[in-house]
Formats: sequence, C-alpha cells, structure tokens
Amino acid sequence: MSNTTIGSDIGTDIASAPIPVREVLPWLIFGLVMLLAIYFVGAEEGATSIIKGMYVHEFVHDGRHLLGFPCH
Amino acid sequence: MVRTLLIRGMLCGLLAGLLVFGFAKVFGEPQVDSAIAFESAMDEAKVKADAAKGIHDMQAPELVSRPVQASWGLLTGVMVYSTAFGGLFALVFAFANGRVSSSLSPRTVAALLALTGIVAVYVVPNLKYPANPPSVGHPDTIGIRTQLYFTMMALSIAAMVGAAVLRKRLAPKHGVWSAALFATAFYVVVVAIVAALMPPINEVPADFPAVVLWHFRIDSFAMQVIMWATLGLVFGAVTERAAQARNGYRLGGPMGAAWR
Repeated sequence: MSNTTIGSDIGTDIASAPIPVREVLPWLIFGLVMLLAIYFVGAEEGATSIIKGMYVHEFVHDGRHLLGFPCH
Repeated sequence: MVRTLLIRGMLCGLLAGLLVFGFAKVFGEPQVDSAIAFESAMDEAKVKADAAKGIHDMQAPELVSRPVQASWGLLTGVMVYSTAFGGLFALVFAFANGRVSSSLSPRTVAALLALTGIVAVYVVPNLKYPANPPSVGHPDTIGIRTQLYFTMMALSIAAMVGAAVLRKRLAPKHGVWSAALFATAFYVVVVAIVAALMPPINEVPADFPAVVLWHFRIDSFAMQVIMWATLGLVFGAVTERAAQARNGYRLGGPMGAAWR
C-alpha cells in the first residue's frame, strides 16, 4: 500500500510510446461531432442557422455570452 | 486505447462543466442580469421616445424565460461545450503523447496541452475580440463578428501548432530551453501580426457600466481557466495512473511501478 502511494506521488516520468497515427485517425470523426456540438452552443441561430427559429440561440444564450462567443 | 482516452476526456469535460457551471451561476449570472437591466432600460427609453413621436414599437416575444436561460440553458450550454472540449482534448492528447517529447510523462503532456490550449483557443482570440455581455454588440454585425472571432481563433490555433512543430525541430540542435523560447516568440509574433491586421470591433454603448463589462470579462476568463485546468490536471492524473499500472504490470505485477 505505502509502496504504491510513493509510486503515484513520484509519477512515472517516462513518456509512453506514441499511439500509431493510423490508430488515432478513425477517431477523428468524433472530433467533428465535438466541433458540431461546440457550433450549436457557440454560433447556431446567430450568424448561421441549421435549425429554423431562435430557440437554440435563446436557450443557450447566457452560456454563449459567458463562453466568449459573439452574440446579438 | 484511443477509445479509453476519448471517454476519459469527455468524463473530465463533464466534471469540468459542473465546476464551470457553479462558477458561472454564482459570479457570471449577476453580470448578465446587470447587462440585461441596462438593455431593458435603453429599450424602454426608446419605446417612450418613439411613442412621443407617434411610433408604436413591437416588442419581440420571449421564447425562453430569463430563469430558464440562467439555469437549464446555462447548464446545457456549459456542459455541452465542456464535454466536447474534453473529447477534443483527449484526441489531441492521443496524438501528442509520446510525440511532443520522448521524455515527458503523460501528466506533463496533459498539463502543457491544457496551457497551450487555453492560450490558443481562448486567451489570444479574446485579447483581440473580448467576450461581451448582452447589449454590447449590434445585432446587424453578428455575422461579421462571428467570422472574425472564429478566424482569429483558427489562426491562433494554427500558429500554436506551428510553434509546437518548430520547438520539436529546434530542440535536438539548440536544447529544449532555447527551442521552447524560440517557439514561444514565433507564436507571439505571428498572433500579434494577425491581431494587428484584423479589423477592430468596438460596439460598447457609450454609457454601458465599465465595472459590469470588466467583471463579465473576468468571469468569462475564470470559467475558461477552471475548465482547462480541470481538463489538464484531472485527465493527466488519471492517465498517469493508468500508465503506471500498465508499466507495473509489465514489470511483473502491481508492485512493479514502485520497484522500478
């Protein structure tokens, strides 16, 4: 128990081997999903609009301002 | 491996989002309310002035009530934003870990990634186009303001990636310290030139309270610090632990890490 505690306090200080690029690439599709999510919080129904109306914009209004995105 | 990192990143983002929401609710919302009070006062004055001239203004209907905007709306916005950034952070980490340098442990890579991330994604774009509370900014210019903000952010991120590549190239010949200084100078000079060339935006109403504007921007900044610090440190700590456990296993059982 005490040994593992010491180990975690010191840390490994050794780099992990890089994950091969071809293993990372397929997961980048999730990166696009993340960017779309950020778009909905940050810009939907402001400068551009995918969904009609102003509901998304009005709903996330306070977050959009406080997270630094331009708003009306 | 990448799957584990991605899920871990999103969970860290979820945790960060809760902390950011708590801060925004307590410190940010009063500033938003003050700004909206200013906006309402301006609108009322305009309606009165127009009525005196015989013009009757139509008030736009309220789609979402203020209490909903300030609670569920804020929570949703912050949680989606934080979780998405947690996922992106994990993907960048999956690529950067082991590549940034061959001598940095996972938690150091995560911390450096969070530091460069907040600078590239938030601090620098916001030095040029700062966060604004409601009633600052004309509705007519939302298109151009959004374009400029995202352009500034994209160029800042591109300059940061360039700086990281430069640092890695220079390190073998000039040493890590000089390489890091060169890379930092490169980033600062590039974003300074970009910021100087991009058009300024100043749409703060003449009599908008300066104190509200200042507090709003400080709170917005603090929210980002909370998010990136949580991402960098919690994700780094968990990933470090996982790496230790793996190394320990390779060296023969759970005690391996301690023996090494």
